[in-house]
Amino acid sequence: MSARSNGRRRRRDRGLMVPEAEFRSYYGRPIIKEPAWTLEVPWYFFTGGLAGASAPLAVAARATGNQRLASSALTVAGAGIAASVPLLVSDLGRPERFHHMLRVFKPTSPMSMGSWALAAMGPAAVGAAVSDRLGILPGLGRVAEVVSGVIGPSLCTYTGALVANTAVPVWHEARRELPLVFAGSALASAGAASTLLTPAAEAGPARRLAVVGALVELGAAGAMERRLGELAEPYHQGPAGRYARLARGCTAAGAAAMAAAGSRRRWAAVAGGGLLLAGSALERLAVYKAGFQSARDPKYVVKPQRARLEATSP
Amino acid sequence: MTLTDLPTPTFGGGYDGEARPRMGFFTDTSICIGCKACEVACKEWNLVPEDGPLRISGNSYDNTMALGASTWRHVAFIEQAKPVQVPDVDLAAAAAATSGAVTDVPQAREGMRWLMSSDVCKHCTSAACLEVCPTGALFRTEFGTVVVQQDICNGCGYCVPACPFGVIERREGDGRVFKCTLCYDRLKDGMEPACAHACPTKSIQFGPLEELRERADARLGRLQDAGFGDARLYLRDEENGIGGAGAFFLLLDEPEVYGLPPNPASTTRDLPSVWKAAAVAAGVVVAAVAAAVAGGRR
Repeated sequence: MSARSNGRRRRRDRGLMVPEAEFRSYYGRPIIKEPAWTLEVPWYFFTGGLAGASAPLAVAARATGNQRLASSALTVAGAGIAASVPLLVSDLGRPERFHHMLRVFKPTSPMSMGSWALAAMGPAAVGAAVSDRLGILPGLGRVAEVVSGVIGPSLCTYTGALVANTAVPVWHEARRELPLVFAGSALASAGAASTLLTPAAEAGPARRLAVVGALVELGAAGAMERRLGELAEPYHQGPAGRYARLARGCTAAGAAAMAAAGSRRRWAAVAGGGLLLAGSALERLAVYKAGFQSARDPKYVVKPQRARLEATSP
Repeated sequence: MTLTDLPTPTFGGGYDGEARPRMGFFTDTSICIGCKACEVACKEWNLVPEDGPLRISGNSYDNTMALGASTWRHVAFIEQAKPVQVPDVDLAAAAAATSGAVTDVPQAREGMRWLMSSDVCKHCTSAACLEVCPTGALFRTEFGTVVVQQDICNGCGYCVPACPFGVIERREGDGRVFKCTLCYDRLKDGMEPACAHACPTKSIQFGPLEELRERADARLGRLQDAGFGDARLYLRDEENGIGGAGAFFLLLDEPEVYGLPPNPASTTRDLPSVWKAAAVAAGVVVAAVAAAVAGGRR
């Protein structure tokens, strides 16, 4: 068993006193399948989150009389959604059948619920943004704006539920934290994007949202790794490890720049916003890649299940 | 029904008077001879295409590697350096015997032990693939089996990482997902699945699940009496994370040795907590936006 001999070699190298828990496998082959998804999926997580958090920001800004910020946020929401739909359709194995998503309404499938949310959010956010920019049908535009503001928050977080609702250990065992990681990442990106599009004098709420979102993202990601324990290994190895380190560096630096000088220095707002947008996208890429790495190695599947069996056996 | 109360699709629920007894497989790996007739019969009957270029894996006689979109039966070969209990079989007497009962007292010998096992889709009671499928392409048949409707599947791929056994897969070049149908077409005509029909040792047994479970219990008892202390039934019971399986196994070692998860669970079992976390996180989004605008314009 190659997995066993690997285990022994690693142990000797590290010179550990306590032996690593043994696990057995079938020639070290994976037990579960890696997802069939491609890079469109994490990028959709980013664009969908960006749109989902921007829509309520637009509604809130409008409600407090901040028309400039409302306009910026609405534009981001419309653009984010407009980018999301082609990303999702092109990831399908049979893109011409995308409308089969709306055959059923299925609460056991976060992808089904998300499809319905997106089907409602898409026309609402794009319509509201177009109405606002061109000044046509303002009444209908406001209704659409409120609709997208109401749906938006769930669009930010259902994607976390979607990946958590799989057999992939690094996703499933982080099911309590993943939606919050995605929420923080979405807030940071939405705040950052609206900061870039709004004059500094009216961008205060967007800057604060960006910083709060970054803190939520970093805090939730830390909590997620603590919960995962040994299963968090993919976040420190390979592509997922690189993305995670970059994401957290960008997010922390962006939040610091935004908080320190975003209101006074345009360059600080631009640099901070850019770093936060990059950090948000990289965080989704890290989560996405970690899932593949976690599915590939049978030890992540076997060890927790063995532990569960030993805990429940008399 | 609330969002957090998520019942597993019940058997025969949509079939009124047409529901049939739940049918399944009992794979008794102790009498598998690794002939791969099941793999061949499955491919031929179901017109399953070639699954990539021929590769020699170096892992015993297993060059099939794993279940997948174009491999619906997979025979695993495990070579173990373990003292073996080999029944001293008198071939003439064995030929005269009518059943596969272990009659001789096994003797411990030096050397290798060779485990062979034909793996297949488990047709779970709580089938994660079916539960996460957003198009309704995956459905529960009147036989209690889980089947993909190929005219509905749009290749979203959600079922692939949802399966705790790594069974279902998207086929390259086709875009849709495929897996064992438990020969739905043959079942409708009162025939047994191709793999079970082809199995020369009756390692693969097909029938009503209740009957198979009784048969498996009896077989396990005989093996244990004969000294096969490692023999165990895998997925026979309903008290597990998948609520029982339509395909279960008699194994001679731990499941992970055969590439099977030791304690599989359907991911949707935890879905109420997943939805709750998503709702709380959505609440955080709303609160963060409200707090951000409350601080004024600058």
